This record gives sequence, structure tokens and C-alpha cells, in this order.
Amino acid sequence: MIYFDNAATTKASQEVVEKMTEMLCQNFGNPASVNKLGLQAEKEIRKATEILSQGIHCKPSEIFYTSGGTEGDNWAIFGTAQGYQRQGKHIITTAIEHPAVKKPLQALEERGYHVTWLGVDKAGNISLEELEKSIRKDTILVSVILVNNETGTIQNAVEIGNIIKQKNPHTLFHVDAVQAFGKYPIDVQKMKIDMLTMSGHKINGPKGVGMLYQKEGLKVKPYLLGGGQQQGQRSGTENGAGAAALGVAAEICFKNMKKNHDTVLEIKKILTEGILQEIADTQINGDTLEKASPYVLNVTFKGVRSEVLLHALESKDIFVSAGSACDSKKKVGSPVLTAMGLPFAQIEGAVRFSFCQYNTAEEAKQCLKQLKEIVPFLRKYNR
Amino acid sequence: MEEKVLIVKFGEVAMRGNNRHIFISQLVKTMRNNLDKEGDFYIVKEQGRLIVEDRGAEMDYDRVIPRIVPIFGLVGVCPGVKTTDQSMQNLREVALKHMQMFFGKEKTTFKVEVKRADKRFALTSKEVAADIGGYILERMDNLTVDVHNPAVTLRVELRNDAYVYSKVIKTFGGLPVGSSGKAVALLSGGIDSPVAAWMMAKRGIALECVYFHSPPYTSEWAKQKVEDLAEKIACFAGSIKLHIVPFTQVQLYLLEKVPHDKLTIFLKRAMMKTAEEIAKKSNALALITGDSIGQVASQTLQGIHAINSICTMPVLRPLAGMDKQEIVDLAKKIGTFEISIRPYEDCCTIFVAKHPETRPKTNVIEGIEKKLTELDDLINNAILQTEVIEK
Repeated sequence: MIYFDNAATTKASQEVVEKMTEMLCQNFGNPASVNKLGLQAEKEIRKATEILSQGIHCKPSEIFYTSGGTEGDNWAIFGTAQGYQRQGKHIITTAIEHPAVKKPLQALEERGYHVTWLGVDKAGNISLEELEKSIRKDTILVSVILVNNETGTIQNAVEIGNIIKQKNPHTLFHVDAVQAFGKYPIDVQKMKIDMLTMSGHKINGPKGVGMLYQKEGLKVKPYLLGGGQQQGQRSGTENGAGAAALGVAAEICFKNMKKNHDTVLEIKKILTEGILQEIADTQINGDTLEKASPYVLNVTFKGVRSEVLLHALESKDIFVSAGSACDSKKKVGSPVLTAMGLPFAQIEGAVRFSFCQYNTAEEAKQCLKQLKEIVPFLRKYNR
Repeated sequence: MEEKVLIVKFGEVAMRGNNRHIFISQLVKTMRNNLDKEGDFYIVKEQGRLIVEDRGAEMDYDRVIPRIVPIFGLVGVCPGVKTTDQSMQNLREVALKHMQMFFGKEKTTFKVEVKRADKRFALTSKEVAADIGGYILERMDNLTVDVHNPAVTLRVELRNDAYVYSKVIKTFGGLPVGSSGKAVALLSGGIDSPVAAWMMAKRGIALECVYFHSPPYTSEWAKQKVEDLAEKIACFAGSIKLHIVPFTQVQLYLLEKVPHDKLTIFLKRAMMKTAEEIAKKSNALALITGDSIGQVASQTLQGIHAINSICTMPVLRPLAGMDKQEIVDLAKKIGTFEISIRPYEDCCTIFVAKHPETRPKTNVIEGIEKKLTELDDLINNAILQTEVIEK
């Protein structure tokens, strides 16, 4: 099996599985219990919090565990809207956000908030000038996806952070770092980030756990109310196993960030160059090999329907994602690629390959070999 | 001792003749299939009735009744009580308890009806009815007797054991599966074909289903959808064999060889032919499709004529005269709708012409098909590679 769908989800690492098992079977206490077992679980969570906070250069008290990326994004957005509504009702974001950001903001629009959706260029980058112009006195939040899940385009978080705080120091900066965390260096101080969302299962951790960093002193309202866990900010019995395993997964990522980066870059390079040189009528969607995240590769095979190509690869035990669904009735393409100005014909043939450190150069060559056979075959029958 | 049971009534009309025991065992098999998902049950045969008893705890009607009601060939399903003690005193008590449970408060009219299969019983049916009716009337002042037009009919049946019930839940009717032979239904994953299969199963036809799978143009999800549809229909019609025919080669061949605006007609002819071959091997006597006249380009009368000319078996098209909304309503009622609308395409767009011919001429189609020399081999090959799943 060649698994090139790591931006969708990843396989849990052995270390993560072992930590989870240990937590679920032996160290299963509730940190809210005053007994010894509760304390042991609390210690494990603290250890994980320490790792996470060091990794993004914040304080441990600024880390809150969530159920994953969607909760983190929802909490950051709705919590800010509620906590800062007196200061203003203007929010800025990009046209290439994940639905976990896009949908909450659309919901806020219906409640009378004003949202500015920043467009992107062909490579998927926002314009910093446009951002600067958009920030107003009543702008309470700017939410930006750091590494785009479909194309791997990386936004310049340092510059964005600077611009926001220069123009309006009261505007909060939220970063959806689900595809970036553990893969791309993040420094919340240097980047002037106020909130940051990540998810465990994108970094070989467990599903159902994630983290929201919230800078100290924010008035962001809690999203879940109840027993007052996690400093009253996120109620619900703490997911000890999830948190501890998340710490393990993050630690492995931070330790190997450079090495992993080089591994996946080589894989992406082999595939990119191989596809462009050896398969006619192909194009890379998103930023250049040098600038984009090496973990994601989005390619259009013109004249091929991405979903058909996906299934053809699947029959060879190669797993990827498609840019559009094979729908005979309406033409719905990826909103991200549409925002990048791609015509539907190109979106229709867009396939996403996404990698992790467990992938090998050999797999990339195998995949390339299959593509060279499948793509011309599918094109033969296309209309 | 008394216990909660289900009294299942089946249609006498369909049960005449020497095949009676075959139909009853078929019903029992289907009931057993459906009930297995809910636990461990006895099914006891009584004259004209099947009694479902829970082998474990007290019967949970909310779980058991929905498993029985869909089965074809049943007239009614009655939640009731079984008691082995047939003394008058016990019968009175059981009947009273039943009435108190179901009609404890509301003002209503009732009568008691007694069936006495065991004629050795000391009293006549009428005497028992009068006795029990009087007993209840004395103890429940919200009830009045109305022997002509009662709101509630309390039924007491004296058989090997005694049964008491008052509610008859309506079923879908129909004939017991297998009482009308076997047919092969073409299932696509859309809304119509499962409804068509269901309608014919209702008339007692045992089903086998055929699905045409064409990877990579259709996905594993689309195939799973059809498997789920077959499983749903099996709840009504008993176990179903699903034939999954790998059809990519046939489709690509036709895509290459025939005029694009006639492609659908040729594809459907190839499917009908394949289904008929499978039907012959399974000793089935007809095909079932979900065609509804005029719904899509290939379902004009001309289209159907051009497709049908390849068949030698009768093709049943129970939806021919129905509107889409009527079909959708039925699909919702039988629970296939929510499966059918899952967003996995059963046919890739490259096989669908933008402007398909709506009035194909059968002789023209047949003329072109004669020149498709490899088609028969490709079809036979597909049949050889067919995967069969029992649902």
C-alpha cells in the first residue's frame, strides 16, 4: 500500500499507540479526582502540555486541549466574536480556508458580523497590502490558514502578524495550523499569533484530540460549559489518553522536523518533476516546489477526471485525494482551487498527493510508474 | 404464567394448496433472518398464525415489531400475551390486565371476540366472550360495550395455548416471497430500481439482484451503497443474492465503438443481456427494472423498445406508470431513499451523452450491434468474473 493521503489523516505511530494503551489501561484516572490515580494522569497531561508549549514558544497555561481542528477553529471564531463584540463586528479571513473556519464565519455573517474574504493569487497567496487595507478600527479578528490543506501554500505568518499589530493592536490573530503544526516551524511570539489551532491525527497522533493555543489575557469566551476543567475555558473530562499521546506525537515531530522535511521534500520532488517531465498536459497547482509545503502536492492531469484517477490508483493500492467529485449533474470544484482562479477544466483533473515521513522515495517512483500507465489510458476514453 | 408475544397473521388466500408448508417455512426463514439482529427468539407455528416468543428477557415491542411488519405475505402483526393456563379465572385476569395496560384511562367502547380452535373447551366462544367482557366491564368504568362498532376489539384465541391481544398492526400485505417464482432485478444505486425490486417482491417474487460495477469509473462506495440497498430489500423479501458484474471492459468497448448519442441504449442492452444470462443460470423467469416512462432519455417508449428487443424473458417494469414523486414517496416509506441519495455516482459522466437520442430506432440499433463482434465475449467474460454476495 502506498498512502499518499496524509493531509486527510495519518496512521498513528507506534509510540502514540503505546502511550494511548498505557493511558487507557493503567493510567486512566480522572485529573479532576483528588486521588493518586487522578494525579498520575494529570502529570502525563502536564508533560504533554510542556512539549506542546515549547514547540510553539508559548506558556503551558496557554494550551487548551480540544477534540480536534474543527473544535479549535470554531472555538477561536465564536469565542472571539462573543468576547469582543463590543469592540467591533468585523473579521478578516481568506478565500482558501478550511470549512471549519469558513462555515463559522458564514454563520457569523448571518448574525450581523461583517467578514472580509481576502482573495489569493494563482499560487494561493494572499496580498499583504490588501490585508493591511482591510484592517479597520472595529476589526476584532484575522483568521488565516498557515499551510493550505489542498495545495500546501504557506502564508507569511510573520509579516501578517506584523501588519495586523501595527495597524490595530487590538485585532486578534488566529492561525489554522492543522497542516502546519509539527511540520513547519511556528513561533507564536515572533508571528504575533493570539490563537492557534492544531489537530492530533494529522501528525501521526490519535483522532479526536487537538489543541488550541490562546494567548494569556484574551477575552475569548469558552465554547463548552460544564465542570470547569482546563481553567474553566474548556469543560469536559480531560482526554488524558488523547492529550498524552498528542504530546508524544508532537515531540517526535519537533525532534525530526528537519529530517522529515527533507524526506518528504525528496518524495515531492521526484513526483513533481517526474509528472511534469514524463506526463504531458500536467500542471502543479499552488506555489513552487521551493516555497510550498513539501507535505502537499496538487497536480492537474488535464483531460482526466480526478475521481476516476483516484479510483484507478486505488486499484493499484495507491491512495490519494481528488479536487472534485465526479458529479454528472452540477459542476462543483474545490473552492480553494476556484479561489486561485483555476478554470473548472483544470480543477476537474486535480489530484492531491500528501506525504508523511513514513513515505519513501521508492513509493514516489512506484506511484509515478503507475501514473504513467493510468493517465494515458484514462485520457484515451475521455470526452 | 403469561408472557409478551407477537401474534403474526398471514394471508389464508395465498396459503392454499399443497405449497402451504413451503410458504410458511419461507416466512419463518425471513422472520428468523430479520429477528436474528435483535436477539434470540422462538417462532411457534399455530394454525393460520406464527407466534414470536422472546427466549431471553421480556419482549421489547419497539425493537421486534419493526422487524416483522415489513415482511411480505403477512396480514397483521399483533402485540399480545400468551398464557398456558386456560382456566376461566386466569383468562379473565389476563384479559383485564391487557385492557388496563393499553386502555387504562381513555373512555372507549369495546367488545370481546373469542376464537376456539380447541373445541374440547367446556364453554362456547360466545359464552367465553360474554364472561370475559362482563368481568372487564365491572372493573373498568371507562369502558362501555358496543358489539356492532367497537373502538377496541379484545381478541382471545384458545389454541394449544391461549392468546390475548387487541391491536392489529397493518403490514405491507403482498404474497409470501417465493410464491410467484424468481426474477432478477437490475439494481443501480439510484432511487427507482430498489423500489421496483420491492414492488415485485411484494407480489411474492423471490429476488436476485444484479449490479454493474465499473471501476475506476465507479467507486467502492457506490458498490457498498448497492449492497446496503440489497440488504434493505432483504428485510422485506428474505435473503437476496447480489451479483456484482465487473462491467468496465464492456462499457469502454461500447464507448469506443458506438455513436455517443446512442451509447446509453447500447449500455442498457448489454446490461439486460448480462442480467438475462445470470437469470437463466439462476432459474429465474423474468427481469425487473426501475424504468419509468419518459423520466430520462432512454426511458421514452422508443428507448424502452430499443432496449427491450434484446430480451427474451419478460421484463417487469412496475414503475412504468408512476411519477417521480410517487416513486420517491415509496422509497422513503420502505427506507431505501436515504441510501439511494448518498452522493456516490453509479455511472461516470463520460458514459453519459450530453444530448442522448430520445427516439432511437430499434432496427438501427440492432444493425449497429451486429457489427460489435467482441461484445458477446466481453459480456461472457464479465459474467465469469461476477462476484456473488448473499444479503
